[in-house]
Amino acid sequence: MNLALADIRHGIGRFLITCVGIGLLLGVALSMVGIYQGVVREALALTRSLGAELWVVEQGTRGPFAEASRVPGDVREMVARIPGVAAAGGLTLRTAEAEGPQGRIRLQVVGYEPGRPGGPGSLVEGRALGGARFELVADARSGLPLGATLHLGADRYRVVGITRGLVASGGDPLVFATLRDSQEMQFRQAPPAARRALAAGALPAVTDTVNAVVAVLHPGADPSAVAETVRRWKHLSALTAAEQEDLLTRSVVQRARMQLGIFTVVLLFVSGVIIALIIYTMTMDKRREIATLKLIGAPDRTIAGLVLQQAMLIGAFGFVAGLVLLLSVRDHFPRAVELGVFEVAVMAGVTATICLLASVLSIRAALRIDPQQALGG
Amino acid sequence: MTAAPLVLLEGIAKQFGTGETAVRALSDVNLAVGPGEVVGLKGPSGSGKSTLLNVIACIMAPSAGRLSLAGEPIWDERYLVRDLRRLRRERIGFIFQFHNLLPFLTARDNVALAMTLAGQPRAQARQRAQALLEELEVGRRADAMPARLSGGEAQRVAIARALANAPPIILADEPTAALDSERARVAMDLLRRVARERAAAVLVVTHDEKIFDRFDRMVALRDGRVEAEVLRSA
Repeated sequence: MNLALADIRHGIGRFLITCVGIGLLLGVALSMVGIYQGVVREALALTRSLGAELWVVEQGTRGPFAEASRVPGDVREMVARIPGVAAAGGLTLRTAEAEGPQGRIRLQVVGYEPGRPGGPGSLVEGRALGGARFELVADARSGLPLGATLHLGADRYRVVGITRGLVASGGDPLVFATLRDSQEMQFRQAPPAARRALAAGALPAVTDTVNAVVAVLHPGADPSAVAETVRRWKHLSALTAAEQEDLLTRSVVQRARMQLGIFTVVLLFVSGVIIALIIYTMTMDKRREIATLKLIGAPDRTIAGLVLQQAMLIGAFGFVAGLVLLLSVRDHFPRAVELGVFEVAVMAGVTATICLLASVLSIRAALRIDPQQALGG
Repeated sequence: MTAAPLVLLEGIAKQFGTGETAVRALSDVNLAVGPGEVVGLKGPSGSGKSTLLNVIACIMAPSAGRLSLAGEPIWDERYLVRDLRRLRRERIGFIFQFHNLLPFLTARDNVALAMTLAGQPRAQARQRAQALLEELEVGRRADAMPARLSGGEAQRVAIARALANAPPIILADEPTAALDSERARVAMDLLRRVARERAAAVLVVTHDEKIFDRFDRMVALRDGRVEAEVLRSA
């Protein structure tokens, strides 16, 4: 007969409350792992969606995400003619705030040329941008529905397409506009400012500027070799897709990753201490029963098994409770909570290890209980 | 007493501490309990009753003397048996003051547990546990949890557990302390019957004067020594 299960059945209410408590704790730890993975995924979402194999940016910068970068718009034509490049397109990036249907929203506006690299990979609703002006493709995270209009800069834009899962490394949802619209939004001066600049003798502002040129290569072309060719131009720098992703994860979101990682480790340590205390208390509550078991001849493995099995069962039920809780609320988090099978499996293993280690203290204490305690009042 | 004793203590002593702070809990205790015999052990608080019970139960090593259980030498300056828990499982049944039934097992499983610990298959153990409970007239309460049992019922279940592995020795620590006079006498009669039928040696530590007449012999301890031995029923 299984003593651990019998004891749990006997105090099922207490066991369930304990599991819910552990579940909440493990749910927070799981959400940290999910947010950690989400930060990485979101950081790479834009670059992966664009499908760019080469990023051409301003010389001496590691733009456009890690550092500011500005290059003339005609660079895309130069890049498109480099051997190995199949197509190239200009790209602008700009954060903006706008009044959406559900209040003020913060967006990352990506300007690109329809028909050239730089647009969203796929839409879940509506259509892609065409030649028309003042249209947007917005990510669902922005809360903008199809057909919604909003003011960006001096103009009113209409949402014609919806993407899903495209956010900037800071978590702001992406909206895509045509390159011309986004350039005017970003570089065109307001009329009073333009008049003042003219009066001061300045040349009219140049708006054909982009933050980066992205390129798609011919099959078999070596991205590093093409990047090296671009770097020969003194005013340009180039990053392959792999270098850009590395930059994003190691530089742009590195602090956030470290913060989340350290917090997760601390949380798991705290969980381990709390689980150990709970198991220790549960074991010490059974001091008389354990003493009786020893007195009637139960071997150490029976007593150790009782403690260990209860620890593992608390861990297992608590883990499932935490996982169910997290999966049911994760869509309400402001940023992505990415929890794949691998992460769940690793956390299950970590939880099992914590429970195993946490039970060691209690097993030692249980094995030290003197059978004499069963005798007398 | 003609048969070989099942519990045999020769010159048993137990000392706690050393030097000036040493306390002699037992001094030169000689005791023999034969098959079918029910022996009471009485004495004031601190007289060494519990220490003696712990020594016989092999949960406290004596400081000197010799101990034999069921004819096998157990202690002679050191333990002569390696697996003391196995010894307790197979040769000693325990009955406690507060029954000490595991609260999370039914009455039947409490009895069966002692047998499964000794290696019996669970189904067989449960079957035998039921038979034992029937024999002790608590069979109808086999599925009850200990908290639902009356004091008398719980004591019978505890006796059934002590008998589970048919041990030759039964040690009882204040088994009637939590029972009223009538139930105490019934429990003692039950122990006497069990001792006779199974030829077991029963040693009972008690303060309960109302059951003194239920023992074959009463051993009185004072200051760790056997003060008197009274034969109650010849």
